[in-house]
Amino acid sequence: MSVEFDQKIHDTLANASLQLAIYTATGRLKEKRIEVTAENVLPDYQELRTQANALKKHTIDNLDHYLEEFERNVEAYGGKVVYCKDATEVSDFVLDLAKRRGSKLIVKSKSMTTEEVDLNERLEHHGLESVETDLGEYILQLAHEKPYHIVAPALHKTRYDVADLFTKALHVARETVPEKLTLIARGVLREKFLKADIGISGANFLIADSGAVVLVENEGNARLTTSAPKIHVAVAGIEKVIPRARDLAVFLKLLARSATGQLLSVYTSFLAGPRRVGEVDGPEEFYVVLLDNGRTRLLPDRSKRESLYCIRCGACLNTCPVYRKIGGHSFPWVYSGPIGAIITPQFMGISHEPALPFASSLCGACGEVCPVKIDIPKVLLELRGDVKKMEAREGQNRMEKLAFRVFAWVMTHPRIYEMAGRLAASVAPAGDGKWIGSLPAPMSVGPMKAWLSERDLPPSPSKSFREMWRNR
Amino acid sequence: MSRDNILHKVRTALGRSAAQAVADVPPVRLRVPEAAMEDRIALMMARVEALAGKAVRVPTMEAAREFVAGIIAGKTAVASNAPYLEECGVTGLPGVRSGIREVGELTEVCAKVDIGITSADYALSDTGTLVMLASPAESRLVSLLPPAHLAVVPVERILTGLDELFTILPNPAAQTSSMVLITGPSRTADIEQILVRGVHGPGQVTVVIVG
Repeated sequence: MSVEFDQKIHDTLANASLQLAIYTATGRLKEKRIEVTAENVLPDYQELRTQANALKKHTIDNLDHYLEEFERNVEAYGGKVVYCKDATEVSDFVLDLAKRRGSKLIVKSKSMTTEEVDLNERLEHHGLESVETDLGEYILQLAHEKPYHIVAPALHKTRYDVADLFTKALHVARETVPEKLTLIARGVLREKFLKADIGISGANFLIADSGAVVLVENEGNARLTTSAPKIHVAVAGIEKVIPRARDLAVFLKLLARSATGQLLSVYTSFLAGPRRVGEVDGPEEFYVVLLDNGRTRLLPDRSKRESLYCIRCGACLNTCPVYRKIGGHSFPWVYSGPIGAIITPQFMGISHEPALPFASSLCGACGEVCPVKIDIPKVLLELRGDVKKMEAREGQNRMEKLAFRVFAWVMTHPRIYEMAGRLAASVAPAGDGKWIGSLPAPMSVGPMKAWLSERDLPPSPSKSFREMWRNR
Repeated sequence: MSRDNILHKVRTALGRSAAQAVADVPPVRLRVPEAAMEDRIALMMARVEALAGKAVRVPTMEAAREFVAGIIAGKTAVASNAPYLEECGVTGLPGVRSGIREVGELTEVCAKVDIGITSADYALSDTGTLVMLASPAESRLVSLLPPAHLAVVPVERILTGLDELFTILPNPAAQTSSMVLITGPSRTADIEQILVRGVHGPGQVTVVIVG
């Protein structure tokens, strides 16, 4: 485990108010999800999950076909598709577009994909103003922080934190009531919407048969981002494509329920190309940036390919006992929780974040709640295998390997096993029938010490099971 | 440049060749339940109210006009170019701007008025949703910029839900560049999970069902 990862986890665990904030927020989202997916409320829930999984599997297995179909249809409706392999290509495209159109101000709606490529920072580095307009993302932009959670990005911020940020950045009178803070943001951002030349959004779905970008949101900032400015640029991962408009009947029923416990989010926008002849408003130019950024790296693996089915609902975070303790910023990249633990090492390469697949108790809760049925625990296990293979190739962990070989040998030889058991019992502290919290100094070293720092050992019994069996 | 490279990487990874055919898309079963109009109306109204919107049913177009007049009283409003609004006589009410076909003017007016009045192409009773397709009749900004949105919808446009919508409209892109599903007032819970309405979109949504 990296030192930084370890340190952030310890900081989060030691912060009692943060612990309460994470636990309350995720708990509430989790409860709401359970309410609206219950058998008596949505009898088709399991069937919808199965359908969603089948649709995603089919699309990812034939991804090139659907990307080309999507591209053809975007162009048929007067839009343009731009493929980008990484962060630099995305920002170069936007910078060039802004330069050609003489644009200085960009409004952005929430998009994990643009977080992935640090788009705001890159654009601002080149003198453009790029403003986040989702309230949570706006707060984080003022605080210069990454999202804490996929759907509730600022869940770690209190109203007092937000009041401090607004007072300092916007020079407004200090308000601590959430309604008033929201009004302040509305006022500031409304002006930006009306002045901006370019609106950048993400995409929840790309519809191949329609050339459409689908955006799901509650605030209305995505609608404004894609309606008010003259240019709309949607930035999406290549895995976001689904075959047909009617498939939305499956995905929309699952997404809002899994994310926030709503039947539908307040606004679902289905956007196909720029404003058409006769339409009164809407953008004059429409671009879809299709981003690779490591996604093609995980396509060859048939088994782990399902990691790309994710619709970013955040349900696995809310239900994960690990996320609910260590929070979002302990994770090294923009994606946190169980889904972050499987996609981060796969997008970036396993050597980059080898500790992540181990940040799980493998309890299986994430797989159970996933609306598209990604078998996250299975992928975590496979990634652990990959990490160990990589370490073996690099000649690391010889001791661990040796230890497991000895262990395997002992376990497959009953006599040796019994002798080893007796030996262990003879050296283990008696504990007087109580749990053992620490070992005597000579034994309390290295991994044993680390293991016992968080755990107790059961008292060693006076007789082994085998002895009891023989004497019965 | 990256286009061919990325598509090539995808194909190689998947073991596919260019223009290789694909199997049929897995079937999606769209279920359109039998629901009597009265049940649809009742559910639509209940869902809108549950979302903290307001739902009213009026028997005739004249009654709709009178109801809207009562809401506007002393306030300013902009109406979309929906023929149904004109038929109801809503566009002729005092204080209502309508017939705007230029985007600059529309933006300016929508940013100032108190209420945006539209019709809706469909409504979904299962979720209390308004479905709006951009066209010369309906713009995007009227239901978005003003702090209150009022939609006047004839009963026959009330569908059961998403499945019926996509059965009737399997290809929305053929008709419009923008289809928006509106389910209640704009909201956020980004500060301490406390629900606040009217963030960027309208904080008040009123649905007037006619018939």
